[in-house]
Amino acid sequence: MSAKTKDLLVKPIFDNNPVILQILGICSALAVTSSVKFSLVMAIGLTLVSGFSNFFVSLVRAYLPNSVRIIAQMIIISSLVIVVDQILKAVAYDISKQLSVFVGLIITNCIVMGRTEAFALKNPPVPSFLDGIGHGLGYSALLIVVATIREIFGAGKWFGISVLPTTAEGGFYVPNGLLLLPPSAFFIIGLIIWALRSWKKNQVEKADYKISPNSVATQEIV
Amino acid sequence: MEHFLSLFVRSVFIENMALAFFLGMCSFMAMSKKINAAIGLGIAVVFVQMITVPANNLIYTYFLKENALTWAGLEGVDLSFLSFICFISVIAALVQIMEIAMDKYTPALYNALGIFLPLITINCIIMGGSLFMVERDYSFGESVVYGVGSGAGWALAIVVLACIRERLKYSDVPAGLQGLGITFITMGLMSLGFMSFGGISL
Repeated sequence: MSAKTKDLLVKPIFDNNPVILQILGICSALAVTSSVKFSLVMAIGLTLVSGFSNFFVSLVRAYLPNSVRIIAQMIIISSLVIVVDQILKAVAYDISKQLSVFVGLIITNCIVMGRTEAFALKNPPVPSFLDGIGHGLGYSALLIVVATIREIFGAGKWFGISVLPTTAEGGFYVPNGLLLLPPSAFFIIGLIIWALRSWKKNQVEKADYKISPNSVATQEIV
Repeated sequence: MEHFLSLFVRSVFIENMALAFFLGMCSFMAMSKKINAAIGLGIAVVFVQMITVPANNLIYTYFLKENALTWAGLEGVDLSFLSFICFISVIAALVQIMEIAMDKYTPALYNALGIFLPLITINCIIMGGSLFMVERDYSFGESVVYGVGSGAGWALAIVVLACIRERLKYSDVPAGLQGLGITFITMGLMSLGFMSFGGISL
């Protein structure tokens, strides 16, 4: 694997994570993460759609008039999502019912649209494909991490397999129900961002205002 | 009437698009730094949602649903797999038309909302609204109410978040949490607050 290929694939995972740094594709990252299985399906779906839509947009980029490019990208993306949705309905009907509207919402996932717009319109098909897959993987990594935390501590399971036996099943672990509820996804992603930014300092955002240190030592009120 | 009212309250508070289904998060994060921008985007979303959800409802009932084409003499045709591509095209086209119409008839409103309208095409809440409408089998009347309600709920959430963020600017946040991190945690707390509406039975 050449250095450039590796860059395209690996960079979006830590250095330039689409969810954490570019604020893209957060919607579904939050909604489907209550179980690892759904997250995995969603992650695979998004990675494929993102890779192939980049590939196809890049193939037609020379013939695409600037004024209609958005709608053309939309058509390519939504055709691919229809394929994913139909396959899912045929192969794993239960999962597709559970994911409900979120498969359809891959169309409006900003990662896909953002990458076709920012990368595929300016680059040849193969690097575009890799870029799409790379960003899909960055998204998947975050999704799986959040889902793992939520499912293990919220239900004591991972992928449906008992990891921490819950008290209801005669074990020792009292599951934390909050982690299965929507708000926990916000907290977990917030904390992951904190952790990642403490590790990679250059991602820290500047504060708008600085609080000035006390110039005079606080005096005691008599 | 009571049915519509309870549907409205449910879509604004209990099933809030932003805080219970996490839809429209990208622009939710990006546009909530200033209250004015948040209000503008909120109104634009209500507007677009109010038109696209009923429009998609009509298209779905009369063209895409199983056996929907009976009126055209085509029995047993099921085009529902085309719904994604139709919905997104309808949304993109309607937003474009609205932009043109507003520019001509209500220039003041157009100037206020102008930059937000194109953004809305790829806002998940609009698409999500149409998909939820299909999934829950809303009638035309219900879809109008649902469109307005879900848009209003989202607008409410983004304005509240913008108010909080304007205050947060002056607070002393740990370095790594600055910006995006603290916004996520704030939204988590807001979402917890909105969950208390879940206890209301309608």
